[in-house]
Amino acid sequence: MTVSEIIISILVLIGGFLSLLSSIGLIRFRDVYGRAQAATKSATLGVISIMLGVFLFFLAQGQFNGKILLVILFVFLTAPVAAMMISRTAYWKGVPLWEQSIQDDLKEVYNKKNENDEST
Amino acid sequence: MFQVILQVVLIVMSISLFVCFIRTIIGPTLPDRVLALDSFGINLIGFVGMIMLVQETVAYSDVALVLSILAFIGTIALSKFIERGVVFDRE
Repeated sequence: MTVSEIIISILVLIGGFLSLLSSIGLIRFRDVYGRAQAATKSATLGVISIMLGVFLFFLAQGQFNGKILLVILFVFLTAPVAAMMISRTAYWKGVPLWEQSIQDDLKEVYNKKNENDEST
Repeated sequence: MFQVILQVVLIVMSISLFVCFIRTIIGPTLPDRVLALDSFGINLIGFVGMIMLVQETVAYSDVALVLSILAFIGTIALSKFIERGVVFDRE
């Protein structure tokens, strides 16, 4: 194995491990909001590691491929936005938190908005 | 040795995709299912990247780019539809 193959192997193994951790978190959490945390952070980092390994593999063969860098940039920008939209939608539609959750900071804003909607 | 590592990571990505599909089936609420499908799309990009490494071709890079764009736009449209009942606000 050459040096470039060792580096690519380390990146790809880290990426696969993080994707598997993200899926286990998607099963094991008890709440929509915890699942949003698990599904957006570690899956994004795992996919970025794998695509960086692919880019380095083709760079070692002498091909510069810009589309893979575009994939990395796009996943890095859009996955947190998607998870935030899903969490906000779930809260406004009344999906309950887990029973042993300690505090709910968004409840005051939600009640105030409901009073304004009823008054108008 | 390098090919063995690539095959092992490909199998790990397949297990990850299957677990996301299980959450899509058993999710109690609709936002659970949308979140699981979003995670399925992101993991599918990594799967396509692993197939690019195994077959040593650049031909699938367009496929990965289009998959990332489609997963994001589908998630945003579904969340706005669940929240308001309309996708485009014309106020």
